[in-house]
Amino acid sequence: MSNYLGNYSLYIALIASVYLIFKSYLDANSENKYLDKNFILITSIQTIMITVSFFSLVAAFVISDFSNETVFNNSHTLKPLFYKVSGTWGNHEGSLLLWLLVLSIFLFIFLLNSRSQDTKYKLLTILFQQIIISGFLVFILLTSNPFKTLYPIPTEGLGLNPILQDPALAIHPPILYLGYVGTSIIFSASLASMISGNIGDKWARHIKKWVLVSWVFLTIGILLGSIWAYYELGWGGFWFWDPVENVSLMPWFCLTALLHTVIVLQKRNSFKEWTIILSITTFSLSMSGTFLVRSGILNSIHTFANDPSRGLYILSFLFILILMSILIFFFNQNKISNTAKENFILSKETAILVNNWFMMFFLSVVLVGTIYPIFLEVLNGSKISVGPPFYHKLLIPFLIPFLISMSFGPSLKWIKDKLKKFNYNILIIFFVSLLISYVILTKTENSFLLSLPLIVLSIYLLLVTIKDFFVSKSSISQKISHFGFSLLITSILLNGLFSNEFNSNMKVGDERIFNEKVLKLKEVNVTDVDNYKSLKASFEVTNKNSAFALYPEVRIYQQPLTITSEADIKTTLFSDNFLVFNILKDDGYYNVRYQYKPLMIWIWISTIFISLGGLLSVIRKNEQKY
Amino acid sequence: MSKNIKFLGLLLTLIIIFIILLKGLNVSKDYSNEKLKSKIDFSLNAKKLFSDEIINISDLFDKNSPSVVNIWASWCAPCREEHQFLMKLKDMNINIIGINYKDSPKNAKNFLSLLGNPYSEVITDNDGTKSIEFGAIGVPETFIISGKTNEIIKKYIGPLTSENLVEIKDLLKKNA
Amino acid sequence: MPKIIKLVFLLYFCFNFSYAKGINTKVEQITKNLRCLICQGQSVYDSQSDFAISMKLVVKNMIDEGKKEKEIYDYLKSKYGEWIVYEPELNQNTFLLWLLPLILFIFGGLLIIRKVSIK
Repeated sequence: MSNYLGNYSLYIALIASVYLIFKSYLDANSENKYLDKNFILITSIQTIMITVSFFSLVAAFVISDFSNETVFNNSHTLKPLFYKVSGTWGNHEGSLLLWLLVLSIFLFIFLLNSRSQDTKYKLLTILFQQIIISGFLVFILLTSNPFKTLYPIPTEGLGLNPILQDPALAIHPPILYLGYVGTSIIFSASLASMISGNIGDKWARHIKKWVLVSWVFLTIGILLGSIWAYYELGWGGFWFWDPVENVSLMPWFCLTALLHTVIVLQKRNSFKEWTIILSITTFSLSMSGTFLVRSGILNSIHTFANDPSRGLYILSFLFILILMSILIFFFNQNKISNTAKENFILSKETAILVNNWFMMFFLSVVLVGTIYPIFLEVLNGSKISVGPPFYHKLLIPFLIPFLISMSFGPSLKWIKDKLKKFNYNILIIFFVSLLISYVILTKTENSFLLSLPLIVLSIYLLLVTIKDFFVSKSSISQKISHFGFSLLITSILLNGLFSNEFNSNMKVGDERIFNEKVLKLKEVNVTDVDNYKSLKASFEVTNKNSAFALYPEVRIYQQPLTITSEADIKTTLFSDNFLVFNILKDDGYYNVRYQYKPLMIWIWISTIFISLGGLLSVIRKNEQKY
Repeated sequence: MSKNIKFLGLLLTLIIIFIILLKGLNVSKDYSNEKLKSKIDFSLNAKKLFSDEIINISDLFDKNSPSVVNIWASWCAPCREEHQFLMKLKDMNINIIGINYKDSPKNAKNFLSLLGNPYSEVITDNDGTKSIEFGAIGVPETFIISGKTNEIIKKYIGPLTSENLVEIKDLLKKNA
Repeated sequence: MPKIIKLVFLLYFCFNFSYAKGINTKVEQITKNLRCLICQGQSVYDSQSDFAISMKLVVKNMIDEGKKEKEIYDYLKSKYGEWIVYEPELNQNTFLLWLLPLILFIFGGLLIIRKVSIK
């Protein structure tokens, strides 16, 4: 029943899409002053149909309707309800349906929210957004229909993958998609504004909300992904430079650049073409992300099942969209009214250009690192791996000039600033950070050469952003985001420098000494829980003046046979103590990995600050100052 | 004019990227070092399975003709499957050297007495380091190694099949 | 010409992370740069598979024998191919990989200089 409902509502949505494409195209060429009421009506019908379709899939998951192939492959009656629901988008078909749902809801909200905009502009936005929606609809119906039925109906499902049963992973995809899909509105709107010729400060104010919303969701989505990796994968890292992670980072860099550029457009009516280029690139990167992840072209921990026909479809669709936007860009370039002004070297405009410059560089490193292996293999058959060392070597040195520019860029004035008289505050802050860094670095045996300037600058930037809370006239949201960013960089650097770990094979009763700490394996309890066997170890870590216990766990699931390690993490404001153990073949011995990770929690907190700044900016209605 | 050049350049780049990604879709994602033909360090010492005697592995190879090396373990199910083919190779008077991978000597000996022993000699690899010298990533793997140059002539990852037997025979003849 | 670029690269990177640490951290450092070939997306260091355990031992033995880092990587590359190392070395295959982002950076810088009036 829910299969039919879900399937046919998608067809109705497709018909609505086709109608809207033609209608908006025709109307955009006529001189209608007002938007036809049908648009809102048909768009809401479409949104409702897609919502119905999505929820009939959710329902099939909840009641474990195994006549549905997607449910059969990805669910199981023994799953807790929460994971049954999240299982809806934990697979290829369902996640595309979610994409589609968000696409149509966003368009609907856009229509409600842009009443004051020019009619032609609105019509064109609907046109481009409906092209994207219909593309996804056809893709789902042709290659990835989530409502395929099975007969005879199986009694039990296949999907009980325990590694995917995690709260962070359950909400991570929807949030990330909200970010990705938000960029589609920016894309459609910027193409529409290109054709209707209304790019300018007014348009910037209107589109900035969407940029901020997408950016906030993307930031939180990435954060949740790395939290999942940290807690669930059990390797103690939070970022592995895995292709799937990179794919979410690329639009982020682009969107961050756009976020700053849009402000210039709004305040100074400048950087028009660049704003459009960034909008197109951001969405192309979000779509390429989908292509790279879904097509199985990448080697990664979490790519979905390979199906070349799917890859072919997304690739073609992606290239049609990019081609379309390039054509529109080049043939409408003359419609952009030239209001470009002279940029002076000491001005906020230039500072934002420099920000964009670095964002584009970071983006190019990640982009080249991610797709170069594919290109090389196609061109001459050799297979290479591009991993963390590559990214670190190319990115870290460039952090130095980036941090410098970020420390004074935001305080520059628009148009033209003067070199001020020497500011003693800055000098004091600089010496304080020098002192702090020196104290910090004497505690590590790492080489000073590169670490010193990085630490000094990150602490300097941190202090400057704190100072800005009291002195600077810029908006509170910018202050919070910039403070969050400097805190993030500082925490990552210090975390990287001071993390240490210890790896050993131990049996019950063993003690190991590591960095003046004593690690003791007291006992391992074996119990049978619902659908797995649990081995819970009890460790004691004794420090000079404190002791605490850690209880990591190994779970052995039977269907399918999966062994997962649940790390136990003791989190304090200063550091995380991360302990994970594994069963070895040799009887009685366990492989134990203990990691000391300073400031771990600040990596999460600072990212929350970053997105909080964006969120405040969305909420605050009439922002006056920057 | 320059606008058109920019446009055409962009278009061309786009088409090239499209074609490469299109081809990339059909490239196999599975890694294999089957084609890599490295040299084996013959000065390696190893313990024999049956006598606990430590020998130099160069003693096991025939200097004038290629030998077959097979990495196996009693706990590995595919090894059991391919065993019949190894026995057939033995019947063709081919020198097969076994490397017993991370196994208990008792189980390994049981395995051979049950299914037959195709090897001229079996050496043990308790810590898996010798298999790395051969560039193996798991069990079973089979190699044809030249006695003259110490080079890997051919590498089979995973269990042997009956088609492989013919190929091995040909390769041995060609390189003899 | 490529030689000069290579030299600049070496100079640029050699001051990067020159750790002088004990043998365990050296094994850790090297095995973190090796891909575990039978597990998806994990380094040898992070993996507990048979293959990874043996690989760690091989690396440790080679360090004990006094082998240099580069010798160890070269040895493993001869056995398993470039695929095993996470940091591709600079050669004609990976020239663009390392250089393209830097070229783009310089290009971006030039664009900004054109846009901005100095006075």
